Amino acid sequence: MSRADAAVTGGTRAPSPLWQLSLFRSEVGSVFRRWRTVALLGVLAAVPVLVGIAVKIETRGGGTVGHEGGGGGPAFISQVTNNGLFLVFTSLAATLPFFLPMAIGVVAGDSIAGEASSGTLRYLLVAPAGRTRLLLAKYASTLVFCLAATLVVTVSALAVGALLFPLGEVTLISGTNVSFGEGLLRALAIAGVVALSLTGVAAVGLFVSTLTNSGIAAMATTVGLLITVQILDQFPQLHAVQPYLFPHYWLSFADLLREPVYWDQLLDNLRLQALYAAVFGSAAWARFTSRDVTA
Amino acid sequence: MFHKSVTKGGRRVPGSAERAPSAAGRRHPDAAVHTRALTKRYRGGQLAVDGLDLTVPRGSVFGFLGPNGSGKTTTIRMLMGLIEPTSGSAEVLGEPMPRAGRRVLPRVGALIEGPALYGFLSGRDNLVRFDAADPTADPRTRAARVDAALDRVGLVAAAGKKARAYSLGMKQRLGLAAALLQPRELLVLDEPTNGLDPQGMREIRTLVRELAADGTTVFLSSHLLDEIEQVCTHAAVMAQGRLLTQGTVAGLASSTRGRLAVTTPDTSDAVRVLKEHGVTDLVVVDDRVTGELPTGEPPEGAAPLDLADLNAALVHARVRVRAFGTERASLEDAFVALTGEGFDVAG
Repeated sequence: MSRADAAVTGGTRAPSPLWQLSLFRSEVGSVFRRWRTVALLGVLAAVPVLVGIAVKIETRGGGTVGHEGGGGGPAFISQVTNNGLFLVFTSLAATLPFFLPMAIGVVAGDSIAGEASSGTLRYLLVAPAGRTRLLLAKYASTLVFCLAATLVVTVSALAVGALLFPLGEVTLISGTNVSFGEGLLRALAIAGVVALSLTGVAAVGLFVSTLTNSGIAAMATTVGLLITVQILDQFPQLHAVQPYLFPHYWLSFADLLREPVYWDQLLDNLRLQALYAAVFGSAAWARFTSRDVTA
Repeated sequence: MFHKSVTKGGRRVPGSAERAPSAAGRRHPDAAVHTRALTKRYRGGQLAVDGLDLTVPRGSVFGFLGPNGSGKTTTIRMLMGLIEPTSGSAEVLGEPMPRAGRRVLPRVGALIEGPALYGFLSGRDNLVRFDAADPTADPRTRAARVDAALDRVGLVAAAGKKARAYSLGMKQRLGLAAALLQPRELLVLDEPTNGLDPQGMREIRTLVRELAADGTTVFLSSHLLDEIEQVCTHAAVMAQGRLLTQGTVAGLASSTRGRLAVTTPDTSDAVRVLKEHGVTDLVVVDDRVTGELPTGEPPEGAAPLDLADLNAALVHARVRVRAFGTERASLEDAFVALTGEGFDVAG
């Protein structure tokens, strides 16, 4: 085709709706091809290894950890020696307050601001990616990272748990015993809930990312916000606002280990995450579709 | 400082006839770019672009000239829908920007303020990513498009290298390749030869000529006047956010007429003779006399002034002439005449 012919047909190219997904696939690809992402996932994978080894060393010779329900260590740590599957719950409980959301904050905070600081944002926009479409692709790829990060912790914990500790029937919090298979299913469900718990902080990070042209500033702000909110969630004097803080119901995932399952807080958590995603997603959209791209 | 009269006047030159006055909202399908009173005031109150009326004819190679800070890049960003104009309107390929960006931008290739790449991706993967961002690009033919673009800018051998290892010239080529992923109706190239060696600059100029020959309109911003003069058919000059002039390159250069230059030891006699023959603005520097040749139609009955006759008249008056001729006006002369100063001066 000569250039002149192409110029004529250029205006009438009829794109397929499926082609829209190219950008999303490209986004996911570029998130996971960065060394930074690999390093973050590596740190997350190392947490269950450290916890598992620590528990193994401490209980060598028949001792127990956490003194049977005493205050020490993350949730479920005392059960790990009986059943390696509990290392999954322990590791998720240990990484959810900080490591996981910090990793999400880095990826979400960098999503738009990182493109702006490297200058690639202007080329994506004149491609033309479309601002709404680009924002959606960015948020969707961040959610994929949320799931991937959670699964990395889960799979690493499962592997370490199976290697170092016995596996078998799972004793739930409510005292009932379920088969290992059902325990495994519940572990996967918990991983899903944990991943969904991170959608709120991902939306906050995305919004922060539309505010600045510096990827580093956006990441630092998002992680800073996370720490601040986590601290605010600790003050009893602030109990009136705490149900609206995004990490407030995070540890409710443990309710999936009851028989019957306690749904109240689990659903509160999901509703709160949906609210954050809606509010900060809209704010990010309003900001990003109206702003001048000067970087 | 620029001469007030020039900046205010927005001096017109022959060849700027495309700048026809237009009613608001009327489409201009013949123009690749058409702006009306396009203005951008940044939040700090700084006026970056001030009432720009620019017309880029389709099929032209249009040189966009101006010192740093004159508003060229802000104009380009407004045309590409990256920033919203404060007032006025812009049309690209006959459609309003930024509103029609989804329809217009797939037909436009752009290199804005230098290349920007993903350092952690290879050159090829950078192009794949930019191609994936275009919703009108068919994923099934992506690899072929990317290979063709790499070939066009001579980067095939380095396509597998990470972009962070590229030299500035290679980055510039890769940026150009991204602009050439699709057949384009309009190419917007902001300083495309920046960072290139002379060989690379020649290649880019050849590429621009090839694209223009195929019917692509090329909008080229540059601070290199000879570059504009070599490749462009049309040009516009900006300074301090305002358009000083626009038109054909030949028209711009001829608007600053060549001056007559005579080298002679008998300068005072030469001045007298030249004045008698209607030469004005005579300046004597050492043994060199320069002046403006008479313009317009000769008076009734008189023959048009022939340089040979002028020379004969000088010799006839016993003026000893060492050298005689006109100096061709360049675009640079035109620019100096417009702005009253050299080119590489920030506004």
